[in-house]
Amino acid sequence: MIATVQRLRGLVRKEIAQILRDPSAILIAFLLPVVLLVVNGFGISFDAYHMRIAAVIEAPDEGVLGMLEALDASPYLDVRPAASMVAAQQALAMGEVRGILVVREDFPQRLRHPASWPATAALWVNATDPNTARILEGYVTGALTVWLQGQGRELRRTPGGGLSLEQRDWFNPELRSADFIVPGVIAMVMTMTGTLLTSLIVAREWERGTMESMLASPATMAELILAKLGCYFVLGMLSMLGSVALAITAFGVPFRGSVGALFVASALFLVFALAFGLFISTVARNQFVASQVAFIATMMPAMMLSGMLFDIAAMPRWLQIVTFAVPARYLVSILQTLFLAGDVWAVILPNLAALAAAAALAMAATLRVTRRRLD
Amino acid sequence: MPPPVVIERLRYAFPGARGTPPTVALDSLTTRIEPGIVTGLVGPDAAGKTTLLRLMAGLLRPGDGRITVLGHDMATEAAAAHPSIGYMPQRFGLYEDLTVAGNLDLFADLHVMSPALRAARIPRLLQFTGLTPFIGRLAGKLSGGMKQKLGLACALLSRPRLLLLDEPSVGVDPASRRELWAIVTAMLDEGRDDGMAVVWATAYLDEAARCGRVLLLHQGRLLADEPPDTFIAPLAGRVFRLRISGGSRRAAERRIAHNRAVLDAVVEGDALRVVLREGASADALQGETLDPLPPRFEDSFIARLSGKAPASSGPPATVAEAGLSGASDPSPPAPVPSTSMRTPPLPEQAAPPARRGDEGPAIAVNGLVRTFGTFTAVDHISFQVARGEIFGLLGPNGAGKSTTFRMLCGLLRPSGGTARVAGQDLLRAPAAARARIGYMAQRFSLYGELTVLENLRFFARVYGLDRAGQASAIAQALERFDLTPVADTVAGQLPLGVKQRLALSAALLHGPDILFLDEATSGVDPLTRREFWSRIGQLADAGVTILVTTHFMDEAEYCDRLAIVNQGRLAAVGTPAALRARVRRPDLPDPTLEDAFIALVAADTTQERAA
Repeated sequence: MIATVQRLRGLVRKEIAQILRDPSAILIAFLLPVVLLVVNGFGISFDAYHMRIAAVIEAPDEGVLGMLEALDASPYLDVRPAASMVAAQQALAMGEVRGILVVREDFPQRLRHPASWPATAALWVNATDPNTARILEGYVTGALTVWLQGQGRELRRTPGGGLSLEQRDWFNPELRSADFIVPGVIAMVMTMTGTLLTSLIVAREWERGTMESMLASPATMAELILAKLGCYFVLGMLSMLGSVALAITAFGVPFRGSVGALFVASALFLVFALAFGLFISTVARNQFVASQVAFIATMMPAMMLSGMLFDIAAMPRWLQIVTFAVPARYLVSILQTLFLAGDVWAVILPNLAALAAAAALAMAATLRVTRRRLD
Repeated sequence: MPPPVVIERLRYAFPGARGTPPTVALDSLTTRIEPGIVTGLVGPDAAGKTTLLRLMAGLLRPGDGRITVLGHDMATEAAAAHPSIGYMPQRFGLYEDLTVAGNLDLFADLHVMSPALRAARIPRLLQFTGLTPFIGRLAGKLSGGMKQKLGLACALLSRPRLLLLDEPSVGVDPASRRELWAIVTAMLDEGRDDGMAVVWATAYLDEAARCGRVLLLHQGRLLADEPPDTFIAPLAGRVFRLRISGGSRRAAERRIAHNRAVLDAVVEGDALRVVLREGASADALQGETLDPLPPRFEDSFIARLSGKAPASSGPPATVAEAGLSGASDPSPPAPVPSTSMRTPPLPEQAAPPARRGDEGPAIAVNGLVRTFGTFTAVDHISFQVARGEIFGLLGPNGAGKSTTFRMLCGLLRPSGGTARVAGQDLLRAPAAARARIGYMAQRFSLYGELTVLENLRFFARVYGLDRAGQASAIAQALERFDLTPVADTVAGQLPLGVKQRLALSAALLHGPDILFLDEATSGVDPLTRREFWSRIGQLADAGVTILVTTHFMDEAEYCDRLAIVNQGRLAAVGTPAALRARVRRPDLPDPTLEDAFIALVAADTTQERAA
């Protein structure tokens, strides 16, 4: 027992000295998260502000101009009157505007008598990027609805029947995509520090032959793994805390859940990531191969299939089933809940259970391949 | 007391990759390691030395048979033996990010040493290894020799009862090699009461002679298991020095080697070292001046190997026949006509092209400098190599010989000075200079997945030979280097010696004027080395200039002239005989090349400090 403690102390001291002297460890653990957060938080944005649309108005009229002003007042839209339909279409083709709003000659008259003649306006949208096209549609419809309601109130008229739909966006009322992406990025950062860093470090030990002399020493395999994983566990948790702090302070992402749940979820995921990194490097024994495998086997799925960028519910059925094999998905789900909704245990607990299973599986696989042997 | 290691009918095979049969690394090995002596584990590369050490260290599981270390069966109880084993792997096993003290502390922790024990042992080991002044230095910043000593200190820290050293002296300068040996024997003396045993793996045959007992491994089998004296004994009275009266050394070697009474003849300084066949009499060399010599380990190794299957699947020949046949004409002065019974004549291509006016030296280096940041790797080196000369750059790792070499190959831009190779200025026309150079690297730079023929085709295309040129060059290469039987074999599966021949043939496909050999024969068995150098000798006689880097003294002996490189400068230049003569003293009447090397490097270092 005392022997184990002393050996662990020696091994941990070695790991710390290596981490401190090796710039790549510090860079991956602390600089990379900043870069990823900044790139993903600021750069990749699903929000569209000031989308330009051209307005083709066949009969300018006070009411129509009021409507255009209302549209223009929306932070999401930027309305430019176009001289003719031809000019507007050209602007659309050139990419100067994203859509064309066509208001026909009879629009003002119809507007006054909506019961008998519903007023119609046409919206042409550049649908090259379907996502943005849909967002534009939504914004224009929304702005028009708001304007119509205002009109109705002004004229002290109730709508002539039908449904009046009121929309509320819960959890992310401002529909800021940073709030949605940043928790996902934290999952990515932990994959990086966990799997990539350990796989590199351990593969380096194989390459330099130090693993061979460790295996021939009295240290047991459990001690070697414990010291290695312990040190990188602390490093990974520090990296996670730094990322969360940055997300809250620099990006203003709210944090509504409990810190305890955050720690438990991150810790479980980190154990999985570290054990998996160790597994990869033990099998690969070569820094280059290990980093390639770590990237393809963990980073790519964490990015594409975890629900961080793309909604899992919107994926085809078979792909949805595949995502269950990506542990990052459970962490992303927990993190998004913790950040945006709070401690919704019905969501958090099953995901925690899945993370625990992944961690146990990865540990078991690692212990199986890292025998005290070279063969 | 039972012997520390008992090995019974041990067999170990590496699984073959992708359907190929498994490679047998060790086969039916039975031996024991005795306490109180250094047991030399000797053999060429790929003989199975490292595999055997790893089996003794419990890092590999025996495929068959049994290995018992300090009473523990290593197949099942390796952990119980580990506290008493000190193991130094080939790449030191040091943490380069830790200081000297940090590495020692780590090993002390792993062996659970008390502070008092540490305080007693660490300073002593540091002093012993001369590392005390460097205690705070990162292990990665130590020189090769110092790293070896630190690795040794770490392995010795726990006073192991079994010390396993995997080629501790490879790549280290001869002076450091001697120091390592002194440290190990001193520690062995201290541990004699505990029944300490040392296993020292090496490819240097001269180190074998110093061991208490030698296990000679060759292709996974035990060729000898006895004290070196008994191993050498049958050679007593069969080894002579033969003075070369006239003509070139290589011509004399060929002439003598072909004599039926001669088993082995190699150039050594300005004489030949001749080993007679068993039962042969020295009368067969009538007319030559012979002085008897004490036999060496290598002589005996050659004698045993010659009795066995040939080392490589090349020409089935005894050593003596590996040279050119010139016996019918006992005294042909150089140049030797390039006709022989077994070795086809050198093709037109291999001979240097028309010597249009460049009568000057093949290589002329003047004040060559190369710096990396503030570090000067090559510091104003000047030398000249004549056409058809074999010139060697001899020095420890890190002395600057590889850097010089890379500049001359046009792979690295000099920081200053001039270098003309094959009449071309390297700084102005590196591409033109490169076209007249053949390069053979230590690792042979072959494509292991391609067959011999495919490798040759690839290199022929790379050298830009036209279609007809490719076909004839490849046909000649296959014939001259006896590669026809293995033309369709995948290069990765060839024995080391054949790989080496293939690499040489590939480097010569375009008929270069100058051949660069980078540690080309380090680690191969002596038979293969002789065969290789006899080919190199023929090339030189045909006018090809050969530039060699090496840290093996045996390789250096084959050179016509040597430059000893030390700390980026030339410490001495001269023929092997002249270099020896420079250090001859009354107490050292017959210095070896290694003695000369150590003395000249030491003198150069002192001189540099004084300056």
